[in-house]
Amino acid sequence: MTPRKDLLDIASLTDEEIAFVLDNAVPFKELFKRSVKKVPTLKGRTMLTLFYEPSTRTRSSFEVAASRLSADVTHFDIESSSVVKGESVLDTVETLEAMRVDYIVVRHKQAGTPNLIAKNTRASVINAGDGWHAHPTQALLDAFTLREIHKDLRGCRALIVGDIQHSRVARSTSLIFRRLGMNVAYLAPGSMMPREVPEEIPQLGNWRDAFEWRPDVIYLLRVQGERIDEPFIPSSAEYHKNYGLTNERVEIVRERGLHIMHPGPVNRGVEITDAGMNYEKCLINQQVENGIAVRMSVLYWLRPGAEE
Amino acid sequence: MPADERTLLTKARMAEGVAALAKSICSANAGAASIALVGIHTRGVPLAKRIAAEMGKNGGVKALIGTIDITQYRDDLDTFQMVPKLEGSDIPFDIDDLTVVLCDEVIFTGRSVRAALDELLNFGRPKRVQLAVLVDRCGRELPVQPDFSALKITLAPGERVAVRFEEVDGQDSCTVQTQAPTR
Repeated sequence: MTPRKDLLDIASLTDEEIAFVLDNAVPFKELFKRSVKKVPTLKGRTMLTLFYEPSTRTRSSFEVAASRLSADVTHFDIESSSVVKGESVLDTVETLEAMRVDYIVVRHKQAGTPNLIAKNTRASVINAGDGWHAHPTQALLDAFTLREIHKDLRGCRALIVGDIQHSRVARSTSLIFRRLGMNVAYLAPGSMMPREVPEEIPQLGNWRDAFEWRPDVIYLLRVQGERIDEPFIPSSAEYHKNYGLTNERVEIVRERGLHIMHPGPVNRGVEITDAGMNYEKCLINQQVENGIAVRMSVLYWLRPGAEE
Repeated sequence: MPADERTLLTKARMAEGVAALAKSICSANAGAASIALVGIHTRGVPLAKRIAAEMGKNGGVKALIGTIDITQYRDDLDTFQMVPKLEGSDIPFDIDDLTVVLCDEVIFTGRSVRAALDELLNFGRPKRVQLAVLVDRCGRELPVQPDFSALKITLAPGERVAVRFEEVDGQDSCTVQTQAPTR
Protein backbone atom coordinates (compact mmCIF):
# COMPACT_ATOMS: atom_id res chain seq x y z
CA MET A 1 0.00 0.00 0.00
CA THR A 2 1.25 3.49 -0.84
CA PRO A 3 2.05 5.38 2.35
CA ARG A 4 0.16 8.59 3.17
CA LYS A 5 1.47 11.56 5.06
CA ASP A 6 -1.61 12.35 7.17
CA LEU A 7 -4.81 10.83 8.50
CA LEU A 8 -7.35 13.65 8.69
CA ASP A 9 -10.73 11.98 8.17
CA ILE A 10 -12.41 8.80 6.94
CA ALA A 11 -13.91 10.45 3.85
CA SER A 12 -10.51 10.82 2.16
CA LEU A 13 -9.55 7.15 2.62
CA THR A 14 -10.07 4.60 -0.15
CA ASP A 15 -11.75 1.27 0.61
CA GLU A 16 -8.38 -0.42 0.10
CA GLU A 17 -6.70 1.90 2.60
CA ILE A 18 -9.39 1.23 5.20
CA ALA A 19 -8.96 -2.52 4.68
CA PHE A 20 -5.15 -2.20 4.86
CA VAL A 21 -5.25 -0.40 8.23
CA LEU A 22 -7.82 -2.83 9.68
CA ASP A 23 -5.97 -5.93 8.42
CA ASN A 24 -2.61 -4.81 9.76
CA ALA A 25 -4.13 -4.09 13.17
CA VAL A 26 -4.68 -7.84 13.61
CA PRO A 27 -0.97 -8.78 13.93
CA PHE A 28 -0.38 -5.69 16.08
CA LYS A 29 -3.09 -6.88 18.48
CA GLU A 30 -1.39 -10.30 18.59
CA LEU A 31 1.59 -8.59 20.24
CA PHE A 32 -0.51 -7.76 23.30
CA LYS A 33 -0.62 -11.45 24.27
CA ARG A 34 3.17 -11.60 24.58
CA SER A 35 5.23 -10.71 27.58
CA VAL A 36 7.22 -8.35 25.35
CA LYS A 37 4.56 -6.21 23.68
CA LYS A 38 6.99 -3.99 21.85
CA VAL A 39 8.45 -4.03 18.32
CA PRO A 40 11.20 -1.74 16.97
CA THR A 41 9.28 -0.54 13.88
CA LEU A 42 9.41 3.19 14.72
CA LYS A 43 12.67 3.25 16.66
CA GLY A 44 14.18 6.71 16.63
CA ARG A 45 10.92 8.43 15.62
CA THR A 46 9.09 10.94 17.78
CA MET A 47 5.35 11.31 18.19
CA LEU A 48 3.99 14.43 19.81
CA THR A 49 0.46 14.85 21.12
CA LEU A 50 -0.98 18.33 20.73
CA PHE A 51 -4.34 18.41 22.51
CA TYR A 52 -6.15 21.73 22.64
CA GLU A 53 -9.13 19.93 24.19
CA PRO A 54 -8.99 17.59 27.17
CA SER A 55 -8.93 13.88 26.42
CA THR A 56 -9.27 10.96 28.78
CA ARG A 57 -8.36 8.00 26.66
CA THR A 58 -7.48 8.97 23.10
CA ARG A 59 -4.22 10.62 24.10
CA SER A 60 -3.03 7.75 26.29
CA SER A 61 -4.10 5.25 23.62
CA PHE A 62 -1.88 7.04 21.07
CA GLU A 63 0.94 7.18 23.60
CA VAL A 64 0.75 3.46 24.35
CA ALA A 65 0.51 2.66 20.62
CA ALA A 66 3.62 4.72 19.82
CA SER A 67 5.54 3.24 22.77
CA ARG A 68 4.78 -0.28 21.58
CA LEU A 69 6.29 0.68 18.22
CA SER A 70 9.39 1.99 20.06
CA ALA A 71 8.77 5.62 19.08
CA ASP A 72 9.60 8.34 21.57
CA VAL A 73 6.52 10.05 22.90
CA THR A 74 6.19 13.60 24.03
CA HIS A 75 3.33 15.90 24.90
CA PHE A 76 2.97 19.59 24.16
CA ASP A 77 1.36 20.95 27.26
CA ILE A 78 -1.12 23.57 26.13
CA GLU A 79 -2.09 24.68 29.62
CA SER A 80 1.40 25.71 30.64
CA SER A 81 2.63 26.75 27.22
CA SER A 82 2.92 29.82 25.11
CA VAL A 83 -0.54 29.05 23.67
CA VAL A 84 -1.97 30.46 26.86
CA LYS A 85 0.22 33.48 26.24
CA GLY A 86 -1.44 33.94 22.84
CA GLU A 87 0.73 31.95 20.43
CA SER A 88 -1.15 31.00 17.26
CA VAL A 89 -1.56 27.39 16.13
CA LEU A 90 0.78 27.95 13.19
CA ASP A 91 3.47 29.48 15.37
CA THR A 92 3.24 26.43 17.60
CA VAL A 93 3.56 24.19 14.54
CA GLU A 94 6.64 26.09 13.42
CA THR A 95 8.16 25.39 16.81
CA LEU A 96 7.33 21.68 16.51
CA GLU A 97 8.77 21.63 12.99
CA ALA A 98 12.03 22.97 14.37
CA MET A 99 12.00 20.16 16.95
CA ARG A 100 11.79 17.71 14.03
CA VAL A 101 9.01 15.56 15.43
CA ASP A 102 7.77 12.89 13.02
CA TYR A 103 4.13 12.50 14.02
CA ILE A 104 1.76 15.12 15.45
CA VAL A 105 -1.51 13.92 16.97
CA VAL A 106 -3.93 16.83 17.14
CA ARG A 107 -7.20 17.47 18.91
CA HIS A 108 -8.81 20.89 18.54
CA LYS A 109 -12.29 22.31 19.06
CA GLN A 110 -12.14 24.01 15.64
CA ALA A 111 -12.96 21.71 12.72
CA GLY A 112 -10.22 21.81 10.08
CA THR A 113 -7.34 22.68 12.41
CA PRO A 114 -5.55 19.35 11.75
CA ASN A 115 -5.78 20.02 7.98
CA LEU A 116 -4.26 23.46 8.50
CA ILE A 117 -1.44 22.00 10.57
CA ALA A 118 -0.85 19.20 8.05
CA LYS A 119 -0.29 21.76 5.27
CA ASN A 120 2.36 23.48 7.32
CA THR A 121 4.52 20.65 8.53
CA ARG A 122 6.59 17.82 7.14
CA ALA A 123 5.45 15.66 10.06
CA SER A 124 2.58 13.22 9.65
CA VAL A 125 -0.56 14.68 11.23
CA ILE A 126 -3.24 12.48 12.76
CA ASN A 127 -6.59 14.02 13.59
CA ALA A 128 -7.61 12.90 17.08
CA GLY A 129 -10.85 14.88 16.92
CA ASP A 130 -11.62 18.32 15.48
CA GLY A 131 -14.86 20.02 16.48
CA TRP A 132 -17.89 18.23 15.09
CA HIS A 133 -15.93 17.19 12.00
CA ALA A 134 -14.04 13.92 12.37
CA HIS A 135 -12.37 11.40 14.65
CA PRO A 136 -10.97 8.89 12.17
CA THR A 137 -9.04 6.60 14.53
CA GLN A 138 -12.20 6.17 16.65
CA ALA A 139 -14.08 5.11 13.51
CA LEU A 140 -11.32 2.68 12.53
CA LEU A 141 -11.24 1.08 15.97
CA ASP A 142 -15.05 0.80 16.00
CA ALA A 143 -15.00 -0.94 12.63
CA PHE A 144 -12.16 -3.21 13.76
CA THR A 145 -14.04 -4.16 16.94
CA LEU A 146 -17.20 -5.02 15.06
CA ARG A 147 -15.25 -6.93 12.43
CA GLU A 148 -13.92 -9.21 15.16
CA ILE A 149 -17.55 -10.25 15.77
CA HIS A 150 -19.02 -10.18 12.27
CA LYS A 151 -16.35 -11.25 9.80
CA ASP A 152 -18.24 -9.69 6.93
CA LEU A 153 -19.85 -6.42 7.97
CA ARG A 154 -22.02 -6.14 4.86
CA GLY A 155 -25.67 -6.00 5.85
CA CYS A 156 -24.86 -5.63 9.56
CA ARG A 157 -27.17 -3.06 11.22
CA ALA A 158 -25.93 -0.38 13.61
CA LEU A 159 -28.18 1.94 15.59
CA ILE A 160 -26.35 5.11 16.68
CA VAL A 161 -27.99 6.75 19.68
CA GLY A 162 -27.55 10.23 21.14
CA ASP A 163 -26.22 13.60 20.18
CA ILE A 164 -25.55 12.88 16.51
CA GLN A 165 -25.56 16.57 15.55
CA HIS A 166 -22.64 17.60 17.79
CA SER A 167 -20.67 14.36 17.52
CA ARG A 168 -17.56 13.87 15.42
CA VAL A 169 -17.63 10.23 16.54
CA ALA A 170 -21.11 9.76 15.05
CA ARG A 171 -19.97 11.44 11.85
CA SER A 172 -16.81 9.35 11.35
CA THR A 173 -18.13 6.07 12.68
CA SER A 174 -21.37 6.19 10.73
CA LEU A 175 -19.35 6.95 7.61
CA ILE A 176 -16.96 4.01 8.02
CA PHE A 177 -19.83 1.65 8.88
CA ARG A 178 -21.60 2.59 5.67
CA ARG A 179 -18.38 2.37 3.66
CA LEU A 180 -18.07 -1.22 4.91
CA GLY A 181 -21.56 -2.03 3.65
CA MET A 182 -23.44 -1.73 6.93
CA ASN A 183 -26.87 -0.20 7.47
CA VAL A 184 -27.02 2.67 9.93
CA ALA A 185 -29.97 4.31 11.72
CA TYR A 186 -30.01 7.27 14.11
CA LEU A 187 -31.97 7.51 17.34
CA ALA A 188 -31.85 11.03 18.79
CA PRO A 189 -33.98 13.77 20.26
CA GLY A 190 -35.02 16.25 17.57
CA SER A 191 -32.63 18.83 18.99
CA MET A 192 -29.70 16.47 18.49
CA MET A 193 -30.59 15.11 15.04
CA PRO A 194 -28.50 16.69 12.25
CA ARG A 195 -30.41 18.88 9.78
CA GLU A 196 -29.15 16.97 6.80
CA VAL A 197 -29.09 13.22 7.15
CA PRO A 198 -28.30 11.01 4.12
CA GLU A 199 -31.51 9.51 2.73
CA GLU A 200 -30.50 5.93 3.46
CA ILE A 201 -30.19 6.56 7.21
CA PRO A 202 -33.55 6.25 8.99
CA GLN A 203 -34.09 8.90 11.67
CA LEU A 204 -35.85 7.29 14.61
CA GLY A 205 -37.42 9.12 17.53
CA ASN A 206 -37.99 6.43 20.14
CA TRP A 207 -36.73 3.05 21.28
CA ARG A 208 -39.82 1.16 20.11
CA ASP A 209 -39.11 2.20 16.52
CA ALA A 210 -35.41 1.59 17.10
CA PHE A 211 -35.93 -2.02 18.21
CA GLU A 212 -38.37 -2.53 15.37
CA TRP A 213 -35.59 -1.52 12.96
CA ARG A 214 -33.81 -4.71 14.21
CA PRO A 215 -30.25 -3.51 14.91
CA ASP A 216 -27.35 -5.94 15.45
CA VAL A 217 -25.34 -3.42 17.42
CA ILE A 218 -26.31 -0.37 19.46
CA TYR A 219 -23.73 2.41 19.48
CA LEU A 220 -24.33 4.82 22.36
CA LEU A 221 -22.79 8.27 22.13
CA ARG A 222 -21.57 10.14 25.17
CA VAL A 223 -23.84 12.89 26.46
CA GLN A 224 -21.67 15.95 26.83
CA GLY A 225 -22.22 17.80 30.08
CA GLU A 226 -22.48 21.19 28.41
CA ARG A 227 -25.47 20.01 26.37
CA ILE A 228 -27.52 19.09 29.40
CA ASP A 229 -29.59 22.20 29.53
CA GLU A 230 -32.17 23.74 27.29
CA PRO A 231 -32.53 23.72 24.35
CA PHE A 232 -30.92 20.30 23.81
CA ILE A 233 -32.19 18.18 26.69
CA PRO A 234 -33.82 19.30 29.93
CA SER A 235 -31.91 16.97 32.28
CA SER A 236 -29.78 13.85 32.35
CA ALA A 237 -32.63 11.94 34.04
CA GLU A 238 -34.94 12.94 31.22
CA TYR A 239 -32.34 11.85 28.65
CA HIS A 240 -31.86 8.52 30.37
CA LYS A 241 -35.60 7.83 30.47
CA ASN A 242 -36.13 8.61 26.78
CA TYR A 243 -32.83 7.79 25.05
CA GLY A 244 -30.65 5.92 27.54
CA LEU A 245 -30.17 2.16 27.65
CA THR A 246 -32.28 1.60 30.78
CA ASN A 247 -32.34 -1.72 32.63
CA GLU A 248 -35.56 -2.70 30.83
CA ARG A 249 -33.94 -1.98 27.46
CA VAL A 250 -30.86 -3.97 28.49
CA GLU A 251 -33.19 -6.95 28.95
CA ILE A 252 -34.48 -6.60 25.38
CA VAL A 253 -30.90 -6.27 24.15
CA ARG A 254 -29.91 -9.41 26.06
CA GLU A 255 -32.86 -11.43 24.76
CA ARG A 256 -31.93 -10.53 21.22
CA GLY A 257 -28.17 -10.99 21.77
CA LEU A 258 -27.29 -7.50 20.47
CA HIS A 259 -23.86 -5.91 20.98
CA ILE A 260 -23.33 -2.58 22.73
CA MET A 261 -20.62 -0.04 21.89
CA HIS A 262 -19.68 3.35 23.35
CA PRO A 263 -16.65 5.56 22.59
CA GLY A 264 -16.17 6.39 26.27
CA PRO A 265 -15.93 7.83 28.77
CA VAL A 266 -19.33 6.60 29.92
CA ASN A 267 -21.81 8.58 32.01
CA ARG A 268 -23.30 5.77 34.09
CA GLY A 269 -26.99 6.27 34.63
CA VAL A 270 -27.30 8.55 31.61
CA GLU A 271 -26.46 6.72 28.36
CA ILE A 272 -26.20 3.32 30.02
CA THR A 273 -26.77 1.67 33.40
CA ASP A 274 -24.50 -0.60 35.46
CA ALA A 275 -26.47 -3.57 34.11
CA GLY A 276 -25.66 -2.45 30.56
CA MET A 277 -21.97 -2.03 31.40
CA ASN A 278 -21.84 -5.53 32.89
CA TYR A 279 -23.74 -7.11 29.99
CA GLU A 280 -21.54 -9.76 28.38
CA LYS A 281 -21.89 -8.36 24.86
CA CYS A 282 -20.92 -4.83 25.86
CA LEU A 283 -17.77 -4.16 23.79
CA ILE A 284 -16.46 -1.04 25.53
CA ASN A 285 -13.30 -2.68 26.89
CA GLN A 286 -12.55 -4.34 23.56
CA GLN A 287 -12.88 -0.92 21.91
CA VAL A 288 -10.21 0.45 24.25
CA GLU A 289 -7.82 -2.45 23.61
CA ASN A 290 -8.42 -2.37 19.87
CA GLY A 291 -7.83 1.39 19.83
CA ILE A 292 -4.16 0.76 20.58
CA ALA A 293 -3.78 -1.87 17.83
CA VAL A 294 -5.53 0.30 15.24
CA ARG A 295 -3.45 3.36 16.14
CA MET A 296 -0.28 1.26 15.83
CA SER A 297 -1.48 0.23 12.39
CA VAL A 298 -2.09 3.89 11.42
CA LEU A 299 1.36 4.97 12.65
CA TYR A 300 2.91 2.07 10.73
CA TRP A 301 1.20 3.13 7.51
CA LEU A 302 1.74 6.92 7.60
CA ARG A 303 5.08 8.26 6.46
CA PRO A 304 6.32 11.71 7.44
CA GLY A 305 7.11 13.79 4.38
CA ALA A 306 5.22 11.49 1.98
CA GLU A 307 3.73 13.17 -1.11
CA GLU A 308 0.04 13.94 -0.72
CA MET B 1 11.56 -18.54 -18.64
CA PRO B 2 12.60 -14.96 -19.52
CA ALA B 3 16.00 -14.53 -21.19
CA ASP B 4 17.45 -12.77 -18.14
CA GLU B 5 16.71 -15.77 -15.90
CA ARG B 6 18.66 -19.05 -15.63
CA THR B 7 17.97 -22.19 -13.64
CA LEU B 8 19.99 -22.79 -10.50
CA LEU B 9 18.18 -25.90 -9.23
CA THR B 10 15.63 -27.98 -11.09
CA LYS B 11 12.45 -29.03 -9.33
CA ALA B 12 13.97 -32.48 -8.61
CA ARG B 13 17.19 -30.92 -7.25
CA MET B 14 15.13 -28.62 -5.03
CA ALA B 15 13.35 -31.65 -3.55
CA GLU B 16 16.71 -33.36 -3.00
CA GLY B 17 17.98 -30.20 -1.32
CA VAL B 18 15.03 -30.14 1.08
CA ALA B 19 15.55 -33.84 1.87
CA ALA B 20 19.24 -33.22 2.54
CA LEU B 21 18.42 -30.30 4.85
CA ALA B 22 15.97 -32.50 6.79
CA LYS B 23 18.58 -35.23 7.14
CA SER B 24 21.29 -32.83 8.38
CA ILE B 25 18.91 -31.20 10.86
CA CYS B 26 17.92 -34.62 12.22
CA SER B 27 21.46 -35.81 12.68
CA ALA B 28 22.55 -32.51 14.25
CA ASN B 29 19.67 -32.82 16.71
CA ALA B 30 19.75 -36.58 17.31
CA GLY B 31 18.40 -37.40 20.73
CA ALA B 32 16.18 -34.31 20.99
CA ALA B 33 12.53 -35.14 21.73
CA SER B 34 11.34 -32.29 19.53
CA ILE B 35 12.65 -29.23 17.73
CA ALA B 36 10.91 -26.22 16.19
CA LEU B 37 11.11 -25.19 12.56
CA VAL B 38 10.24 -21.52 12.22
CA GLY B 39 9.84 -20.19 8.68
CA ILE B 40 10.53 -16.56 7.81
CA HIS B 41 7.69 -15.04 5.75
CA THR B 42 7.11 -15.45 2.87
CA ARG B 43 9.05 -18.36 1.36
CA GLY B 44 10.72 -19.59 4.52
CA VAL B 45 7.26 -20.81 5.54
CA PRO B 46 6.76 -23.46 2.80
CA LEU B 47 10.42 -24.44 3.19
CA ALA B 48 9.92 -25.11 6.93
CA LYS B 49 6.80 -27.16 6.20
CA ARG B 50 8.56 -29.25 3.56
CA ILE B 51 11.54 -29.91 5.82
CA ALA B 52 9.12 -30.98 8.58
CA ALA B 53 7.35 -33.34 6.15
CA GLU B 54 10.71 -34.91 5.19
CA MET B 55 11.67 -35.27 8.85
CA GLY B 56 8.32 -37.02 9.41
CA LYS B 57 9.20 -39.55 6.68
CA ASN B 58 12.45 -40.42 8.44
CA GLY B 59 10.69 -40.92 11.79
CA GLY B 60 13.13 -39.61 14.37
CA VAL B 61 12.85 -36.03 15.57
CA LYS B 62 9.41 -34.44 15.85
CA ALA B 63 9.16 -30.92 14.40
CA LEU B 64 6.87 -28.13 15.62
CA ILE B 65 6.03 -25.50 13.01
CA GLY B 66 5.98 -21.73 13.46
CA THR B 67 6.20 -18.63 11.28
CA ILE B 68 7.88 -15.27 11.68
CA ASP B 69 7.06 -11.96 10.01
CA ILE B 70 10.09 -9.68 10.19
CA THR B 71 8.45 -6.56 8.71
CA GLN B 72 8.14 -4.83 12.09
CA TYR B 73 11.87 -5.43 12.63
CA ARG B 74 13.22 -4.17 9.33
CA ASP B 75 15.68 -1.29 9.42
CA ASP B 76 14.95 -0.24 5.83
CA LEU B 77 11.17 0.32 5.78
CA ASP B 78 11.68 3.97 4.88
CA THR B 79 13.30 2.96 1.62
CA PHE B 80 10.22 0.96 0.54
CA GLN B 81 7.93 2.67 -1.94
CA MET B 82 5.03 0.64 -0.61
CA VAL B 83 4.18 -0.15 3.01
CA PRO B 84 4.12 -3.97 3.24
CA LYS B 85 1.03 -5.77 4.47
CA LEU B 86 1.75 -7.52 7.78
CA GLU B 87 1.33 -11.27 8.07
CA GLY B 88 2.13 -11.52 11.77
CA SER B 89 4.22 -14.18 13.50
CA ASP B 90 2.64 -17.38 14.66
CA ILE B 91 4.58 -19.53 17.11
CA PRO B 92 1.85 -21.49 18.89
CA PHE B 93 4.15 -23.25 21.38
CA ASP B 94 6.60 -22.36 24.12
CA ILE B 95 10.12 -21.97 22.69
CA ASP B 96 11.89 -21.89 26.07
CA ASP B 97 14.66 -24.54 26.19
CA LEU B 98 13.77 -25.72 22.70
CA THR B 99 16.10 -25.92 19.69
CA VAL B 100 14.67 -23.59 17.04
CA VAL B 101 15.72 -23.88 13.41
CA LEU B 102 14.97 -20.68 11.48
CA CYS B 103 14.19 -21.46 7.84
CA ASP B 104 14.56 -19.09 4.89
CA GLU B 105 14.86 -19.79 1.19
CA VAL B 106 17.98 -17.65 0.66
CA ILE B 107 20.53 -16.00 2.91
CA PHE B 108 22.49 -13.12 1.38
CA THR B 109 23.32 -10.07 3.50
CA GLY B 110 22.14 -11.69 6.74
CA ARG B 111 19.90 -8.75 7.65
CA SER B 112 16.63 -10.71 7.46
CA VAL B 113 18.05 -13.30 9.83
CA ARG B 114 19.13 -10.57 12.25
CA ALA B 115 15.56 -9.22 12.23
CA ALA B 116 14.13 -12.73 12.63
CA LEU B 117 16.35 -13.36 15.67
CA ASP B 118 15.11 -10.16 17.30
CA GLU B 119 11.49 -11.20 16.78
CA LEU B 120 12.09 -14.82 17.81
CA LEU B 121 13.70 -13.85 21.11
CA ASN B 122 10.56 -11.89 22.06
CA PHE B 123 8.76 -15.22 22.23
CA GLY B 124 11.08 -16.69 24.85
CA ARG B 125 14.55 -18.06 25.44
CA PRO B 126 15.29 -21.01 23.15
CA LYS B 127 18.03 -23.47 24.08
CA ARG B 128 19.74 -22.66 20.81
CA VAL B 129 18.88 -21.26 17.38
CA GLN B 130 20.10 -22.74 14.12
CA LEU B 131 19.61 -21.54 10.57
CA ALA B 132 18.60 -23.61 7.52
CA VAL B 133 18.51 -22.17 4.00
CA LEU B 134 18.02 -23.64 0.57
CA VAL B 135 20.57 -21.28 -1.04
CA ASP B 136 23.52 -19.65 0.69
CA ARG B 137 24.51 -16.70 -1.46
CA CYS B 138 27.86 -15.23 -0.42
CA GLY B 139 27.97 -11.53 0.43
CA ARG B 140 27.22 -11.25 4.14
CA GLU B 141 26.95 -7.78 5.69
CA LEU B 142 26.49 -9.15 9.20
CA PRO B 143 28.26 -11.99 11.05
CA VAL B 144 25.43 -14.52 10.57
CA GLN B 145 26.03 -17.95 8.99
CA PRO B 146 23.68 -20.82 8.14
CA ASP B 147 24.09 -24.15 9.93
CA PHE B 148 22.45 -26.02 7.06
CA SER B 149 22.31 -25.13 3.36
CA ALA B 150 21.57 -27.10 0.21
CA LEU B 151 23.59 -24.94 -2.20
CA LYS B 152 26.30 -22.34 -1.78
CA ILE B 153 26.98 -19.86 -4.59
CA THR B 154 28.62 -16.54 -5.39
CA LEU B 155 26.82 -14.21 -7.79
CA ALA B 156 27.66 -10.93 -9.46
CA PRO B 157 26.13 -7.69 -8.13
CA GLY B 158 22.80 -7.07 -9.89
CA GLU B 159 22.01 -10.77 -9.92
CA ARG B 160 19.32 -12.15 -7.64
CA VAL B 161 18.32 -15.64 -6.51
CA ALA B 162 14.59 -16.28 -7.00
CA VAL B 163 13.15 -19.32 -5.26
CA ARG B 164 9.50 -20.16 -5.93
CA PHE B 165 7.37 -22.66 -4.09
CA GLU B 166 4.18 -24.16 -5.41
CA GLU B 167 2.31 -23.23 -2.20
CA VAL B 168 3.06 -19.53 -2.70
CA ASP B 169 3.94 -19.07 -6.37
CA GLY B 170 2.12 -21.93 -8.12
CA GLN B 171 5.37 -23.65 -9.18
CA ASP B 172 8.68 -24.90 -7.83
CA SER B 173 11.77 -23.25 -9.26
CA CYS B 174 15.11 -21.86 -8.21
CA THR B 175 16.67 -19.41 -10.64
CA VAL B 176 19.05 -16.51 -10.98
CA GLN B 177 17.61 -13.28 -12.35
CA THR B 178 20.09 -10.85 -13.84
CA GLN B 179 18.06 -7.75 -13.16
CA ALA B 180 16.81 -7.37 -9.63
CA PRO B 181 13.19 -6.19 -9.73
CA THR B 182 12.49 -2.99 -7.83
CA ARG B 183 10.75 -3.39 -4.51
